[in-house]
Amino acid sequence: MLKDVTLGQYYQADSVIHRLDPRVKLVGTLAYMISLFVFNNIFCYAVAIVLLAVVIALSKVPVGYMLKGMRAVLFIMVFTVVFNVFFTSGTNLVEFWIFHISKEGVRMAIFMVIRLTLLIISASIMTLTTTPNRLTDGLEKIFRPLKIFKLPVHEIAMMMSIALRFIPILMEEADKIMKAQTARGAKFDSKKFTERAKSLIPLIVPLFISAFRRASDLALAMEARGYHGGDGRTKLYPLKYASRDIISYLILILYIAIIVFLGIMSVRIISHLTPDNSYLSFFF
Amino acid sequence: MPIIADHLTYVYGAKTSLQTTAIDDISVKIDDGQFIGLIGHTGSGKTTFLQLISGLVKPTGGTVYINGEDIFAKDFDLHSIRGKVGIVFQYPEHQLFEETVFKDVCFGPKNMGCDQKETELRAYEALKLVGLEDEVFYQSPFDLSGGQKRRVAIAGVLSMKPQVLILDEPTAGLDPAGRKEILGLIEKLCREQGMTIILVSHSMDDVAEYVDRILVMNDGKLEIDATPREVFKHQQELEGFGLSLPQVTKAMISIKESGIPVKTDAITVEEAVNEILRVLY
Repeated sequence: MLKDVTLGQYYQADSVIHRLDPRVKLVGTLAYMISLFVFNNIFCYAVAIVLLAVVIALSKVPVGYMLKGMRAVLFIMVFTVVFNVFFTSGTNLVEFWIFHISKEGVRMAIFMVIRLTLLIISASIMTLTTTPNRLTDGLEKIFRPLKIFKLPVHEIAMMMSIALRFIPILMEEADKIMKAQTARGAKFDSKKFTERAKSLIPLIVPLFISAFRRASDLALAMEARGYHGGDGRTKLYPLKYASRDIISYLILILYIAIIVFLGIMSVRIISHLTPDNSYLSFFF
Repeated sequence: MPIIADHLTYVYGAKTSLQTTAIDDISVKIDDGQFIGLIGHTGSGKTTFLQLISGLVKPTGGTVYINGEDIFAKDFDLHSIRGKVGIVFQYPEHQLFEETVFKDVCFGPKNMGCDQKETELRAYEALKLVGLEDEVFYQSPFDLSGGQKRRVAIAGVLSMKPQVLILDEPTAGLDPAGRKEILGLIEKLCREQGMTIILVSHSMDDVAEYVDRILVMNDGKLEIDATPREVFKHQQELEGFGLSLPQVTKAMISIKESGIPVKTDAITVEEAVNEILRVLY
């Protein structure tokens, strides 16, 4: 089951999006996500979808692979739809027993689904095309100014990259220990909850011990190689903006300009296009 | 309890760009009471093969018969072979978890459904068998030395009284004395108790000295299946697989190259000594 979550995994490929500076991707994703929550009419969504589609196409990540990650959040999606449809008050469309479905509710639900889908896909594009190390590099660089406030930016970034690096190691370790205990007759698939919780002890105790052992080994190894925190530390591959990064920033600014423009204009366009009560007004 | 692997195949990451065939169509029969050495370069599929024949991993193709029964058949209860096929993983001391050594060794028999008396008896026997003294029984396993931990972990498997014992590099990271002790114990289990042993090792010297039959794996395939003497005649083939000959055999080859007409099929120190003496006198 864990294998199905593509959110947060890296997909190896050689594309423009992969080569982009992680800072561009971080800023871009954040701006894109905020934009999704700001605008409220269908033109903006259309622009957002087009932009995302272009990025997906450029990234060379198979669409099917990306959508697999959506399965993990399907539940939240259904939940949102149900709540929005049934609990938004407004003009009723359908009514039975204690339930009533309102026009506003359906509209909200549709927008919510689009919003969540775009949100998740944009986040997964970033993690699919950026290695965890590059990502933390980018974060470190972006948050460097916070050092003035005595925030240990480098240390936090280092902790993050170590944590990320250890996820696959610990998963492998867990798998190994699980097999060893299974061979000793342990059952991890018991139906009863208490038994199941109990059966995890032979897995969790060795896992914790090995995590501590690895942590102390790593600390020693880092110290032995002269690591002493961020001060005066240089990078093997320092982050430098290339022309493609500048272009990406320009595209981002253009995108923001377009949706702001559409946001202002939409009021006028809509009143121009749709007289009251027309079916089109449903979407605006 | 003979084990038969029938066209066993295992593929990692099927249908992705990282698809690799870890086990490629292996068919082999392992008879009762044999002491088998499994050798191969790192990444040749040894560990996966062990996990398949002990029913811990499901194969992509083919199957395994234990005692004539297909263990991957839908209605076969895999739990029934736990304990009968014991497997000691690499660095088995990493699986210890209980508060005391004794409790940890009890884990296996308890899972098999033995009552308390039987469980404790088996645990005691197993701990004695691996040569641990009574005073460590009620210590925390984490306070022991590396070699002692390893023996506790092996006792944890032996307490289930397996008929087939699989060991994945049981001597890795031990000093020479510790190696000899563990290998001596394994040999005793095979010769005196009639246990079938499958031993994975990187040390050609260990394998040459103890086992009856060697399986050589390379790139997921079973390349050679023969007695040690046979196997170590294939020097060039072995080197192609990234493996070498036992030190003694190498030494004998050098002696022959320097002009002394010895036979080069000695695989243990004793044989080499006899051969040299035969030529000299």
